[in-house]
Amino acid sequence: MKNRETMHEPLIRISKKDSMQWYKSWAVRTAAIALALILCAFVIILLTGYSPIEVYKAVFAGSFGSERKVWLTFQKVAMLLCISLAVTPAFKMRFWNIGAEGQVLAGALATSACMIYLGSKLPPAALIPIMAAASIAAGLIWCFIPAFFKANFKTNETLFTLMMNYVAVQAVAYCIILWENPKGSNSVGIINPSSHFGWLPSLFNQKYLLNILIVFSVTVAMYIYLKYSKHGYEISVVGESENTAKYIGINVKKVILRTAALSGAICGLAGFLLVSGTDHTISTTTAGGQGFTAIIVSWLAKFNPIVMMLTSFLLIFLERGAGEIATVFRLNQSISEILSGIILFFIIGSEFFINYTVSFRKKNHKEGKK
Amino acid sequence: MSEKAPAIQLRGISKHFGKVAAISDVSFTVNRGEILSVLGENGSGKTTLMNMISGIYFPDSGQISVEGKEVSIRSPKDAFDLNIGMIHQHFKLIDVFSAAENIVLGIADEQYDLKAAKDKIRSTCDKYGFVIEADKKVYQMSVSEKQTVEIVKVLYRGASILILDEPTAVLTPQETRQLFKVLRNMRDDGKTVIIITHKLHEVLELSDRVAVLRKGEYIGTIETSQANESILTEMMVGKKVVLNIERSEPENPEDRLIVENINCLGRDGRRILSEVSFCARSGEILGIAGISGSGQRELLEAIAGLQKVESGKIVYINPQTGGIDNLRDKTPVQIRALGVRLSFVPEDRLGMGLVGSMDIIDNMMLRSYKKGKSVFLQKKEPRNLAQRIINELEVVTPDVKTPVSRLSGGNVQKVLVGREISSSPTVLMAAYPVRGLDINSSYIIYNLLNRQKKNGVAVIFVGEDLDVLIELCDRIMVISSGRISGILDGRTSSKEDIGLLMTKEQRGGAV
Repeated sequence: MKNRETMHEPLIRISKKDSMQWYKSWAVRTAAIALALILCAFVIILLTGYSPIEVYKAVFAGSFGSERKVWLTFQKVAMLLCISLAVTPAFKMRFWNIGAEGQVLAGALATSACMIYLGSKLPPAALIPIMAAASIAAGLIWCFIPAFFKANFKTNETLFTLMMNYVAVQAVAYCIILWENPKGSNSVGIINPSSHFGWLPSLFNQKYLLNILIVFSVTVAMYIYLKYSKHGYEISVVGESENTAKYIGINVKKVILRTAALSGAICGLAGFLLVSGTDHTISTTTAGGQGFTAIIVSWLAKFNPIVMMLTSFLLIFLERGAGEIATVFRLNQSISEILSGIILFFIIGSEFFINYTVSFRKKNHKEGKK
Repeated sequence: MSEKAPAIQLRGISKHFGKVAAISDVSFTVNRGEILSVLGENGSGKTTLMNMISGIYFPDSGQISVEGKEVSIRSPKDAFDLNIGMIHQHFKLIDVFSAAENIVLGIADEQYDLKAAKDKIRSTCDKYGFVIEADKKVYQMSVSEKQTVEIVKVLYRGASILILDEPTAVLTPQETRQLFKVLRNMRDDGKTVIIITHKLHEVLELSDRVAVLRKGEYIGTIETSQANESILTEMMVGKKVVLNIERSEPENPEDRLIVENINCLGRDGRRILSEVSFCARSGEILGIAGISGSGQRELLEAIAGLQKVESGKIVYINPQTGGIDNLRDKTPVQIRALGVRLSFVPEDRLGMGLVGSMDIIDNMMLRSYKKGKSVFLQKKEPRNLAQRIINELEVVTPDVKTPVSRLSGGNVQKVLVGREISSSPTVLMAAYPVRGLDINSSYIIYNLLNRQKKNGVAVIFVGEDLDVLIELCDRIMVISSGRISGILDGRTSSKEDIGLLMTKEQRGGAV
């Protein structure tokens, strides 16, 4: 048998920590970002030979290089935030809605249809609300279907919402052929390019301001809804423990349906803002994977809508910075994705150090020989 | 065999979880060939300490010696190599495997020869007086059979030091006696047996010596022959405790809840309650005894509107109006809408009665948040209620904003019971309300139940400690495999009477 004469302690031990004060946990997070930047600097030097400072400047310039870029950054943050807000109530209820992508597309499709078929027939004052309502309804239905089956037949919502994404993509692909403009381009092109029918109006000459304000108000509303309303309370209870919910007489089925509907509705709204307020066209990539990125935003913020403003900004900042260094330094897009990956890894990893203590083996075991 | 040779020596063992010291500076010795009880209240660190000997946890500091040699036990495998085996409270068996398959599972350096293994199992069983069917599948076994498999599994691997964590918690008095006989046989064969427990009479009946822990600290070891219940309690609790539960005569008992021939199916479609009938009266405590999993949970949930009832009636007699309502097939909300003030302290406190991640205020709101027309939550009343319960029931908590999962078991239970009786119920159902609680908290709960009884509430108390049931309850109903096997008078019945009824159906072959 092994030699047991001396005491061997395991090299590393991990134990759970009590809750940390907020400033300490933020210090840990800041340190994580600093460390990530240092590591990225080495990676940059080793792989490209460029000065990391110059690269970081370019990353910053990617988001804030010009007034136009600043507006574009905030617009992108707003859209990602909007979709993140949509998935949050569902996730808080442990309803794994990974179908935001499809729900956004459903909303976008409804908006486009309204713009194409009703654009010239209705005045803007009637058209825009109808578009908004139609897209919200479309997103809502897209999420309500999986929720209905979950509530009544206990189907798995993860698979169901995921599959609904593919249905939405195919529906959009079909409509693109239907609405192709000009013929043979295999795209819809800008809808109502000269008349601007169904385009969300500019505020103070800023194309994106209205989008940003709408999303900001949704953020505040969602924060209040989750924290102070009876519905929000029911969502938390159902999410934490369905047994408790039943025990106190919450109608679990109703809460699931209602919350999923809300989640889909906000996705539909995001689809409306993307088509009517931003792109003025539709393609199968209108949602652009943001339905999945939104899940990261929501989790990182621990489902707090106010913190989600920060996390969605962080992700967009990294994404835009990555794009910028790819063009400025003529680097392959992969290098910037490596950098984003490193930074995200450190940020997520820092949560571990906030929740756990790691202790190493002590050199000489004083306690043992007391 | 030298009687006094040390089998295990602990020196200065400490273990922290976060800021909490689970074990601080514990040193004592376990002798070879003795039965040692490790006695302490829930949360005193008994299991944590034993887990360090069996390799589940590693001590923060301190030294363990086995057979006189300093060792370091980093995993259960290390413990096995030192011939230490632990039988945990929650069995670690594979349901679809037979007893023999479970026993040989995980032994790497041996040819897989089930036949030889069975022979070895049989000889082990004969030696100590176990009864085991080697081919029986675990899912067909009773709790006590599963426990036997766990013990044989440990012996099969050649353990000479056995640690049993609360082994009698799930057994009937008769099964307990059988277990004790086996344990004595093992001691006489030279094995060292450590048993973790908080039941005093078991300590006195079985062990040679008793080591007492209190709040993670080692208090002392005494010879059982020199101990009695009050000495041990004082060591455990740190002060003298009066161990009598008061029991007043019921005042004008009236029928409050009449259950007639109800039948229920479990989640797997098997019948879990058959033809259950009884009556709960106001101003009395009706105890429900039975082996855990005999249908107690389903019975209470059926009354509370959480479990579907196939047939039968649940009749509530309203004390104000004398009106009669059938509660069957009603949801909890509908039951409340009828004006039935039914409170329920479920067995699963943090999984059903409370939401662990929410603070005390939010947990108070569970019952009342719907009040009022506003779409927003009204926090004022629940905050006052939370504060009142903290003050009146002496809940130890940093503040009302602390998530209840951070509180100790006793305080969690006070919060839950406090909320349930705050709605001045007419029927109060409590499932295992003192499970995991220390002596003082348990007595606070007994007093609360007694006070409800005096207020004319019909109290239904599902318990596991027969001594407590006999002392506290006016009537005791025994449930066995989903049937009522008898209703006894709490003042005249004995533990043995109840124990026989607990296994009645099984003996006669469950239908």
